Amino acid sequence: MKLLGLLMGCALVAGAASNDAFLIRDADVYPVTGPVMQGVSVLVQDGKIADIGAKLTPPKGIRIVEAKGLRVYPGMIDSATELGLQEIESVRETEDTGELGEFMPQLRALAAVNPASEHFPVVRVNGITSVMTFPSSGAAGAGGGGGGRFGGGERQFISGQAALIHTDGWTWDDMAIKPCAALHLIFPSMPRGGRGGVSGNPEVTQAPAAAAAGGTTQARQTYEAQIAQINQFFDDARVYQKAKAANLPGFRTNLKFEAMIPVLEGKVPVAITASRASAIHDAVQFAGKQNIKIVILQPRDLKQAAAELKEKNIPVILGRVLALPEYEDDAYDSASTLPLQAYKAGVKFALGTFGNEFVRNLPYEAAAATAYGLPYDEALKAITINAAEIWGVADQVGSVEKGKWADLMITNGDPLEIQTQISHLYMKGKEVELTNRQIELYKKYSSRP
Amino acid sequence: VVQNATILTVTHGTIKGSILVRDGKIVEFGDKVLVPSGATVIDAAGQYVTPGIVDPHTHIGADGGVNEGSISDSSMVDIKDVLDPEDIAIYRALAGGETTIHILHGSANAVGGQCVTIKTRWGKDAQGLLFQGAPPGIKFALGENPKRSGNPTGRTATGGAPTARYPATRMGVEDTIREAFTDAKAYQAEWADYRAKVARGENPIPPRKDLRLEPLVEVLQGTRIVNCHGYRADELLMMLHVAKDFNFKIDLFVHGLEGYKIANEIAAQGAGVSTFSDWWIYKVEAADAIPYNAAILAKKGIVTSLNSDDAELMRHMNIEAGKIMKYGGLSENDALAMVTLNAAKQLRVDKWVGSIDPGKDADLAIFDKYPLSASAKVVKVMIDGTVYFDRDKALADNAREQQERQKLIEKEKQNQQRQQPARRPTV
Repeated sequence: MKLLGLLMGCALVAGAASNDAFLIRDADVYPVTGPVMQGVSVLVQDGKIADIGAKLTPPKGIRIVEAKGLRVYPGMIDSATELGLQEIESVRETEDTGELGEFMPQLRALAAVNPASEHFPVVRVNGITSVMTFPSSGAAGAGGGGGGRFGGGERQFISGQAALIHTDGWTWDDMAIKPCAALHLIFPSMPRGGRGGVSGNPEVTQAPAAAAAGGTTQARQTYEAQIAQINQFFDDARVYQKAKAANLPGFRTNLKFEAMIPVLEGKVPVAITASRASAIHDAVQFAGKQNIKIVILQPRDLKQAAAELKEKNIPVILGRVLALPEYEDDAYDSASTLPLQAYKAGVKFALGTFGNEFVRNLPYEAAAATAYGLPYDEALKAITINAAEIWGVADQVGSVEKGKWADLMITNGDPLEIQTQISHLYMKGKEVELTNRQIELYKKYSSRP
Repeated sequence: VVQNATILTVTHGTIKGSILVRDGKIVEFGDKVLVPSGATVIDAAGQYVTPGIVDPHTHIGADGGVNEGSISDSSMVDIKDVLDPEDIAIYRALAGGETTIHILHGSANAVGGQCVTIKTRWGKDAQGLLFQGAPPGIKFALGENPKRSGNPTGRTATGGAPTARYPATRMGVEDTIREAFTDAKAYQAEWADYRAKVARGENPIPPRKDLRLEPLVEVLQGTRIVNCHGYRADELLMMLHVAKDFNFKIDLFVHGLEGYKIANEIAAQGAGVSTFSDWWIYKVEAADAIPYNAAILAKKGIVTSLNSDDAELMRHMNIEAGKIMKYGGLSENDALAMVTLNAAKQLRVDKWVGSIDPGKDADLAIFDKYPLSASAKVVKVMIDGTVYFDRDKALADNAREQQERQKLIEKEKQNQQRQQPARRPTV
């Protein structure tokens, strides 16, 4: 039995690895970037979408995937996870997020991604084909346990480089779409007084002791000192950049500053965790001063912050739509209406689930955004093309368009609806088996006599 | 009267029509309901009505303290004594359609504290929240949590410094529970003996009342609901054996994430399971959790429900029910029963709540769209025939409160500015 399984596994892999061409015939294609195309075919060659059209003349003998009455969508993208870096939240040994050290731009999430993590097959059966994986989510404790997520580096500012990866591959090299898609910075913030803060708030941990001991004055001093520290680090990096360019005598390579150069050159954005209005404002000011590209992670106070974000053209990654209000006196649905607020304000946004446990529910998070007013098309974009644009890979993934990777799912309906079934999933044109350990356990135990 | 709705009754399938409510009870439902003169009409055209959602596993409204973690056997403490009716989580649960919830003691102790069933009547005092007639509960806990406190290298359940406390293993957890029930049986016998003597006209000295053992005697008598927190199949099986040996019923295993591995054994003993839809791997004992768990259990005839164990998840249990249709292919009705009728059965309140039936409490949730979907949201919630949540009103109220708050802040700022000069020393 075991041997047979192995043989079958090999056969499948061999078939898939040959990257042969195929044609998805007679499907309704939802490209996300344009109107629905009904009854068309999609030609996939060399892992890419070679053509889409009603009257394609495919090469003779090509493999045909009949899709009449079915729909083709791009694979979904979760813009904030720790996939591959964390297996079991409560077990330190399986956790590779949250390194020690305050400024750690040289750390690469990609190189710590475990391609054999059980999380990958679990999320991909629900159509999630790529994810941003962060060296630390900046979301300590949100949604359970949370122990040790920051390792010993509780006072971390720069946690490292986040990678955009496919959710399938033999190695992390295979999986990489963009090895360094963002540098992750956890912005400090002033603790807000009063009752009702949510423990999942990433910034509360930054200066609580100071706030408790010395009141707001001391907390402000701490806060300002921390921002000065961050500015100093960027300034030092710039000095290093100049020294390197000038090839000054005695110049020595510094890995931290080396990693900062693409950021200073504007090639890599800084993803800044900042949820409160004041933190977002200060982060935007900081970005202006340092002349860097930024993306804001998990903003909450969009009412106050949206205008400035829109003006500066700064995109955001919204956290879970199904989340508690931050304060006791907030409207009960205040987290769920954030996508609508961002949309109305014209702020570009994508969704992230900020953790590993909820990645597979990404489409339902998008659906929940529609329940609280977000137009449907915008919800779909928030987990596909918007994410691709924000992370600078819109030429490769995020929509069903000629020339892009064939990251596709074939469904029998709307992917945001729970009951919709995915019949085929492709990543880079390779069919991915829609199974995982959970399905195997299901089969095994549901057949127990 | 709730009119023009699609009604998911749970016990009579899904129909279109109206529900007549009088004196807090459901009188009738269907497409031929006549509106009595003077009745309040709620037009639910295009909307969906479900029974109020029942959640057997929550930890809200407990004034911050759900674990009496200092001892392994804490059956003398009662959540009912610390009910906080002003916990905003109660309101948020209500806004998600939950009308009946069981508030559990934590899982730090093998024998945990007593639990209470309430209705989410937001605005009432603690007494007004209680579900009259609902039997009280008690919590047991197996596996990682109760043994963690005893582990010299571990943390306590609340994250504090480790303290050595028996038990530190699953073996010790079993022993702790067996010791407690052995004591309870002896205690029960003492009282039985005492009562027999009184009945014979003797004048015996009554046994000393033991607040730790009283609730366990109620378990043995079958008057107290047994919740048992557990994950792995082995520990669940252990508890099934304990229950068999001491002859009591396990109303519900909470979590029960590996219940699917011993569905036969659970079914044979008539125990219930309340599980998650798809939460997994947050700890080692949750690594084999599968989203098909609830479906496998239900197909074996086990009374299975979904629970939240979480102040956020409890706001959208309708979505969780939808996932059980996806994972394991249960029908709409069977899936919805997992957050209504089945949960009510486990809490032994199904004669009052859990389905839309004449004579039951008028606890209803009204959704704007098909409720077993993430695109739906709750628009109104009724408990005992009274509307406790109305989304439009809630949003308007909140907007007004925020404005008032802003005004007060402005006023305070002005006050401070005015007062400041006077505060300066005049030297």
